[in-house]
Amino acid sequence: MPSISAIGLTKRFGSIKAIDDISFDVKNGEYTCILGSTGSGKTTLLRLISGIIQPTEGDIEFQGRRMNEVPAEERNAVYVPQTYALFPHLTVLENVSYGPLSKNYSHAEAEESAMRVLRMVKLDHRADSYPNELSGGMQQRVALARGLASGSKTLLLDEPLGALDARLRLELRGELRKLAKESELTVIHVTHDQEEAMAIGDRILVLRYGKLQQYSTPFHVYNRPRNLFVANFVGNTNFLEGIVEKRDLFGSVIRLREGLRVKVADVSFETNESIVVALREEKLMISPEPYPAESENRLSGEVIETHFLGEWVRYSVRLVNGDVISSRVPVGSSLELRNGSWASLSFEPVNTYVYESPAIGLQSELEVY
Amino acid sequence: MPEVVVKDVSKSYGVVKALVNVSLKITDGEYVSIVGPSGCGKTTLIKTIAGIVKPDTGDVIIDGKTVNRLPIEERNTGYVFQEIALFPHMTSYDNVSYGLMVKGENPMEREGPVEEMFYMMGLAEYASLYPKEMSGGARQKIAISRALISGSTFLLLDEPLGALDLKVRTSLRYELRSLVKDLGLTAIHVTHDQEEALSISDRIIIMRAGTVVESGEPMELYMNPQTLFAAEFLGEANFLSGTISKMGSNLIEVKIGDSLLHVHLKNRITMAEGDRCILAIRPEFVELSLKSTSENSLKCVVETSTFAGDHFRYGLKVSNGVELLTKSIAKGEILGFDVGEEVYANLPHDKLLVFNYPSEGLEKAISLE
Repeated sequence: MPSISAIGLTKRFGSIKAIDDISFDVKNGEYTCILGSTGSGKTTLLRLISGIIQPTEGDIEFQGRRMNEVPAEERNAVYVPQTYALFPHLTVLENVSYGPLSKNYSHAEAEESAMRVLRMVKLDHRADSYPNELSGGMQQRVALARGLASGSKTLLLDEPLGALDARLRLELRGELRKLAKESELTVIHVTHDQEEAMAIGDRILVLRYGKLQQYSTPFHVYNRPRNLFVANFVGNTNFLEGIVEKRDLFGSVIRLREGLRVKVADVSFETNESIVVALREEKLMISPEPYPAESENRLSGEVIETHFLGEWVRYSVRLVNGDVISSRVPVGSSLELRNGSWASLSFEPVNTYVYESPAIGLQSELEVY
Repeated sequence: MPEVVVKDVSKSYGVVKALVNVSLKITDGEYVSIVGPSGCGKTTLIKTIAGIVKPDTGDVIIDGKTVNRLPIEERNTGYVFQEIALFPHMTSYDNVSYGLMVKGENPMEREGPVEEMFYMMGLAEYASLYPKEMSGGARQKIAISRALISGSTFLLLDEPLGALDLKVRTSLRYELRSLVKDLGLTAIHVTHDQEEALSISDRIIIMRAGTVVESGEPMELYMNPQTLFAAEFLGEANFLSGTISKMGSNLIEVKIGDSLLHVHLKNRITMAEGDRCILAIRPEFVELSLKSTSENSLKCVVETSTFAGDHFRYGLKVSNGVELLTKSIAKGEILGFDVGEEVYANLPHDKLLVFNYPSEGLEKAISLE
C-alpha cells in the first residue's frame, strides 16, 4: 500500500491553477523529490500534502486513508518549511529534542537522538547555541535536524538544503539520503536543483505550471525524458528542428534546416512530420576538423564559444546551416580546439530523443517559467 | 579607467574578524570573481570596496586615489545586489532613470542615455513594465542597467544571479561577462556558484576566514591549485595521506598504506624522502576499469553508486582501507558498475597533486571555517 497518494489534486488561487489535476503515489520508505522552477507549484503541492492548505478538488490519502478533513498536526507527517521557524528562546539541542520529548521519550533518549542528527548536519558543536547566534544556513540545518529527530516516519521537506553553501549541500544530501534509508523514512523533498534531485531521490516528480510532467526514477527522467520540457530542464541539451524524411525498422532519417541530415533510433513518427531532435551535450563527440565535411550523424561547423566549467569544457559550434549546438568534454581531454576553428560533431542514433514539434514553437515550449 | 587596490584591509564585527589584512589588486578591464564558504568575508570585502562598509584599518584605492573617506555615491561604482532591489511602484524605465537622478542629473532633460541603455541591454520591450510583471532574469538585467546608467565603469556584483533558477542563471552569466567585456568595464563578482566563477572570470580569488587563500586563472586554479583548501573548495578532491618513498627529478614515489603511487611533479616542491605528504586527485580524473591499467592502479570495491545524469558517482574502498570518490561519464554504451563489484581505480600520475603535509592537520587545512 502506498504511504502517500494524491488523487486528481487541484488547487486554485483565484483564477490561477497552482496545482492542476495531479495524481501520484509515494511508497513506504520511498524518497521522492519534487523538482520544478520558481512558480511551478512545488511548494503548494507539498503544503497540500501536509494539510496546511486544502485542495480545491481531489484527495490526499495516507496509508489508504483519506486525509482531506484531517488537520495538519494529526497527519503524522512532519513538514519542514523553507523558512525555518526555530524557537528563539531554546538552544539548538532543546529545539531539536523538543519533538521527541513531546512524544514522551525520556530526557536521555531525546537528547541522544537529537545529538545523532546534529552530528549528521555537522552542528553538534553548536548544541548549546541559540538560533540568533547561527547563520541562516546553520539555522536551516537545525530545522532539518528537528524534523529528522521528531520520530515521525514521514517527512515533508521544502528546499531543506537551499540556504546552504554549495560544498556543504553536496555533503549533506548524501547524509540525508543515508539517514532516511537507515531509519526507513518516507520523504517528499522539494527542490529546484536537478542534481540534488537525481542524487537523493528514488523517484523524481517534475512539475511545470502546476502540471505533472514526469514521475520516474532519476535514470529514466534523464535517459527517457517524457517531453521537451523535461529534456531541457534536466541536463544540458541541444535541440534541432527537422522533418522526418524516411524511416525503416532501425531508425529515421531527419532532414534539418538547409538540408543537413541526421539519423535517430526513434521510429515513432511518420514521414514528413515536423519533429525536434534532442541531443545531450555530453553525448555529442567533438573533434578538430580542418575542413567542412558532412556525413550521417557527423555535423561540422565553427567553434564560436569555449567555456571552462570545472569538470567539463563546453564548446559551442555554429553548424553550416546556422544552428548552434554545444558539446561538453571532460576537462583534461586535450583537444586542439579554439574559437574560430572547425570542428566535427558526431553522435550515436540511440543517444537522441525525438519529440513532436510543439504547436507554440520550440522556444516557448522550453521556457522554464 | 578603474584599477582597484585593496591594501591591508581589516574589519571586525565585535569578536568576529570579517577581514584580516586583505590585500589585492584588480586591474583595469578585469573580470574577477570572489568565492569562498559562507562567512569567509567575501561580501564584506566588496562592500568595503563599494564604501558601504568602512574598514577598521587599511586602504581602498581606486585609480590611484585613496577613497576611504569618499561616500558610496562618489566612488563611481555600480553595485548590484542578490535581492533584486527595484522600486516596485516604478516602471523599469523609471527604475533605470533613477540611477541618473542619484547622480544629480534630471533624466527629463536628457532622454537619450536611458533609451540607449534599454536598447543595449536588449530590454526595449520591458521599459513600460513594472518589476512584478517581469521574470527574475529580466528584473536583474534592469538592476544592472540602473547600476550602469550613472556612467560607472566599475561594477560590483554581489551574488547577482543567486536568486535565479538554474537555466536562467546559466544563460545570464554569459551575457553578464559579454556586457562587461563589450563595454570595457571592470567587474568584481561575488558568488557561491563555482561553475559560475570558473566559466566567466578572468581570475578567481578564493577566500576563507577573512583572508585570501589563493587567486589565479580559472583553469590553472582548478587543475593546479597551490593550496589544499583551493583543491577542496573549487570542485571536489580526494586526499590521500602518505610518505614520500623516492624522489626523482620529475617523478616521485609516494607510499599510501601498502600501495606505491607515482606522481609527475608539475612544480618544484621542497620535500625529501621520508617526508609526510598529501596527494590530491579530482574525482573525474580517476579512471575505472575491470583490469589494472598501470602501476598507479588500485584494487577497490564499489561501495556506493549514484546516477547523476551526465555522470555516475562512485564511492570506492581501496584494499588498503583508503576511500575514493570518483565520477565517470555516463556514456550510452557503458552501463556502470554495481555496488560490491571489484574494480581498479587508476590514478594517472600527471593528474595527482602533491602537497606538504599541513602542520595543522588535513582536516583543519580543508575545513570551511
